[in-house]
Amino acid sequence: MYGKGILKGLSVTAKRFWNTYWDDAVWFWRRITKGEKRYFSEEGVKHRSSKNARGIFTVQYPEEQLIIPEEFRYVPFLVYDEGAEGKQEIRCTSCGICAKVCPPQCIWIVRSNDPNTGRPIPAPTEFYIDADICMNCGFCAEYCPFDAIIMDHDFDIASYERNIYNLETLLKPASYYKSIRPTNYATAEAERKAKEAAKAAKAAGAAAPSAPAATP
Amino acid sequence: MAAPVSTQTVDLAARFPGAVTAEARPGYAGFIVEKDKLVEVATAIRDEFGFDLLTTVTAVDYLPEDKMEVVYHAYKTTGGPGLVFRVQVPRADPIEVPSLIDVWPGVDLQEREAWDLMGIRFSGHPDLRRILMWEGYEGHPLRKDWQEPFYEEDVKPFKSRWPEGKHVMAEEKNPFRDNVKFLENFDPEKWIPENEEMLYSSLKRYTVQSEDGMSTDRIVINMGPQHPSTHGVFRAALTLEGETIVGLKPVVGYLHRNHEKIGERNTFIQNMPYTDRLDYFNSMSNNLGYAIAVEKLMKIPVAERAEYIRVIMVELSRIQNHFIFIGMLLNDLGAMYTPALYAFEERELILDIFEAVAGSRMMCNYLRFGGVVRDVPEDVMQKIKGLVFERLPAKTDEMDRLLSENEVLVARLKGVHVIDGETAIKYSVTGPVLRAAGVPYDIRRADPYSIYDRFEFDVAMRPNGDLFDNYIIRLDEIRQSLRILQQAVKQIPDGPINSQKPQYQVRVPAGEAYGRIESPKGELGYYVVSNGKPNPWRYHVRAPSFVNITCLEQMCIGTKIADFVALLGVLDIVMGELDR
Amino acid sequence: MDNERLSLPQYDIPEDIQNAVTITTLDRLYNWGRRSSVWPLMFGLACCAIEMIAAQASRYDMARFGMEVMRPTPRQADMMLVSGTVTKKMLPAIVRLYNQMPEPKYVVAMGACASGGGPFKEGYNVVAGIDKFLPVDVYIPGCPPTPQALIAGMIKLQEKIDKESIKKVRWYRKGPDTVEVPIPILGPDLIDPRRNQEIKAAAAQKATKESA
Ligand code: SF4
Repeated sequence: MYGKGILKGLSVTAKRFWNTYWDDAVWFWRRITKGEKRYFSEEGVKHRSSKNARGIFTVQYPEEQLIIPEEFRYVPFLVYDEGAEGKQEIRCTSCGICAKVCPPQCIWIVRSNDPNTGRPIPAPTEFYIDADICMNCGFCAEYCPFDAIIMDHDFDIASYERNIYNLETLLKPASYYKSIRPTNYATAEAERKAKEAAKAAKAAGAAAPSAPAATP
Repeated sequence: MAAPVSTQTVDLAARFPGAVTAEARPGYAGFIVEKDKLVEVATAIRDEFGFDLLTTVTAVDYLPEDKMEVVYHAYKTTGGPGLVFRVQVPRADPIEVPSLIDVWPGVDLQEREAWDLMGIRFSGHPDLRRILMWEGYEGHPLRKDWQEPFYEEDVKPFKSRWPEGKHVMAEEKNPFRDNVKFLENFDPEKWIPENEEMLYSSLKRYTVQSEDGMSTDRIVINMGPQHPSTHGVFRAALTLEGETIVGLKPVVGYLHRNHEKIGERNTFIQNMPYTDRLDYFNSMSNNLGYAIAVEKLMKIPVAERAEYIRVIMVELSRIQNHFIFIGMLLNDLGAMYTPALYAFEERELILDIFEAVAGSRMMCNYLRFGGVVRDVPEDVMQKIKGLVFERLPAKTDEMDRLLSENEVLVARLKGVHVIDGETAIKYSVTGPVLRAAGVPYDIRRADPYSIYDRFEFDVAMRPNGDLFDNYIIRLDEIRQSLRILQQAVKQIPDGPINSQKPQYQVRVPAGEAYGRIESPKGELGYYVVSNGKPNPWRYHVRAPSFVNITCLEQMCIGTKIADFVALLGVLDIVMGELDR
Repeated sequence: MDNERLSLPQYDIPEDIQNAVTITTLDRLYNWGRRSSVWPLMFGLACCAIEMIAAQASRYDMARFGMEVMRPTPRQADMMLVSGTVTKKMLPAIVRLYNQMPEPKYVVAMGACASGGGPFKEGYNVVAGIDKFLPVDVYIPGCPPTPQALIAGMIKLQEKIDKESIKKVRWYRKGPDTVEVPIPILGPDLIDPRRNQEIKAAAAQKATKESA
């Protein structure tokens, strides 16, 4: 019979239509019994991005937001540790690995020099990221040995100007890093502690037998 | 890893003494064919040795040796390893190589690309125009001695970035203060634009004489580059008689982003995120093809768990691609939005997984040489399981119910734009389009790479080669992918996720490699030549979308223009990959 | 928009009639009308276009902002969302589309490529930012901006529209009611007709430098 296929297809859309209201009703019940809300709540957004999602699928940004996974990457930022008296201890040592590995070469770093000796010291004087070149690939954060450059989660950065970031705009505190990437932060911290402990142990070991001038 | 291209099975050198020599350079394989004998040898390769599918034609500029080389990769549609043969010509203008268009018509666009970017003249090619750049453009960009306006250094990393990296806009270093370069004393006011005369004359059939001596004009129309159903910036110049297409030329290059030129300046690892941007629906498969090619060169194994993760990600990506394919096809056919919106729901759920493991929805940059960048967390694994065992099978059936029997859809698609298997092979068509034409050629089976030989699945195949089969085969493929996924999720072992240490500079021995995979759109191949330095010497992408449109003219002549939109939808082209 | 926001500053409405009347300025009404029906041109260039489509689709649904009516013809569009890499070959077409759009028109550069060339900036066929040719209103960084980032950018555009005044906008003033951008020419490289003299001078200078 002509039209059977169309009807069959319509049954699918009808079911979807029905699901919308059914799901709302189910959630209404859950709201009464458990106090869970379908909209504008975390469990609601979670439900809508789970395998059981049906009915209304839209997440109404900006009123509600998708749950951002920890690994999510946007434009990178630089981490500083909060030292005593609000001093910013920038983690970056300006080793240049990120600038070297950056595929579109959007990172510019000026290494600091000691004003007296002229020798390089491990901190950047200037640091630029051209966000209009950056491809958000995450290599800089991946290969940085000091955990000093991290991919941000903040995507609400549209502006009326071109976006070229300098050191000042790039810096964010370690506490922010911890808040957006708790597990990454924890593993990195653990690694750092282990490394420092090993270093201390080695230093202690080296100091004791008063090693003669380093041999190769 | 794909079976290495072996030379044992075929001994061309013995068959053509004097005209063919076996390749002797370390790291290279295949045969070198004398230029004058090329057509003859190629015919023999096709007819006597049975390599009926010529997948890749590309050129390499060996500047230090003052040579240009054209490399061909031929395969058998019955499966098995391929055959590489090449022609070497001295690097003095004009560089000329006989065209193979009479042996394999599928070389058409690829030869035009080699002419455009490398400046190799293919004698005997009927329509050798520039393809990615425009007619009148100065120079052949992929030549090693050609430099672009924003040229900084031959290879990355650039020295100006560190340790004295003051931010300077590239524009400020260029005399024209923009991304352009002109010859000395160029006067823009005196320039006479080419106006695409060559394109229109290649269409040729402006005026016809009917039997009674009346001459009729035919209409030439341009579809694209801005057109709602050309899937991006594709353009087709068509000649019409009434509503019937009598001539067609695809015009591409509107998204030519110089992938290969940039790729040859990048280090090996830096190319990984760039591959994401080829077929931007399937960055996972793009990563895989490139990783396989470089792993072949480096001769490194892949960690066991990583192999499984790769398969899982690539198959998820295929499912997502095919869902969108169906949605977009229906959009093009006029079933505005509903199927597309349904498809997008499933896609979003799959993208959530990519975002959680790789960090980005579309540009995953997830694979590394020897493995993957990070493990799949347990909760994401649970989500994958939920999708592949419960949700996606049900949703595939739902899509099937929604559309497959719909009389309107069937009427639009059945028996339209039939392509038979033989023609498809001749035109180097691969992927679902070839399989819908009755040729069960799937690289996952024909020349297994990664760990596809461990899974049980059928190669989806449909006999008719019309648009409807092309549609339905996508559903078949989703189901097969789900089968693979279900096995993979069950079997995935624990263990390390990379066989190598993470390093930002890899050592790649000199040689060449061609890594190919069955991407959702067809054969995706990467031809990489290394000279032992940190950057590839040649990096070529054999994009399925690009090669698949070679047969467009062939398929369209004599059909209605309204169906052309459907055909474009069915070919599933994506411009990022087509134009690179 | 709800009454409350429409009648925000300027006039104090007595409390007892607040729910009955709304006093607003013409500007506000005008801006409210336009910011809630910005119709984008259906025009995708590259990867970013896919995210643009995703933003229109089920999960993000830009219809909530009155932006779901994607018009394939420039004559009916208010906003050009430059979503992807602008290549030299494509540029004449883009400029032509822009010229055909009626005022008021807005340009949003979505993604790194449209804003400043992006990862492909060094390429020989890439235009380093659409702002070299068209006046860009909002830049959205990211590669690609996620649909949520895109919506955030659209909200920025709405904020911009909110600040406009009917007295000052260029399309109600005397003179040509729309800005025409001269269409670039594809020569041996991309020729920007506005810069002909500059190009000529630079080319001549190049010649003298090379002969020296
Ligand atoms: S900004 Fe990134 S995602 Fe957008 S078009 Fe450019 S390369 Fe593609």
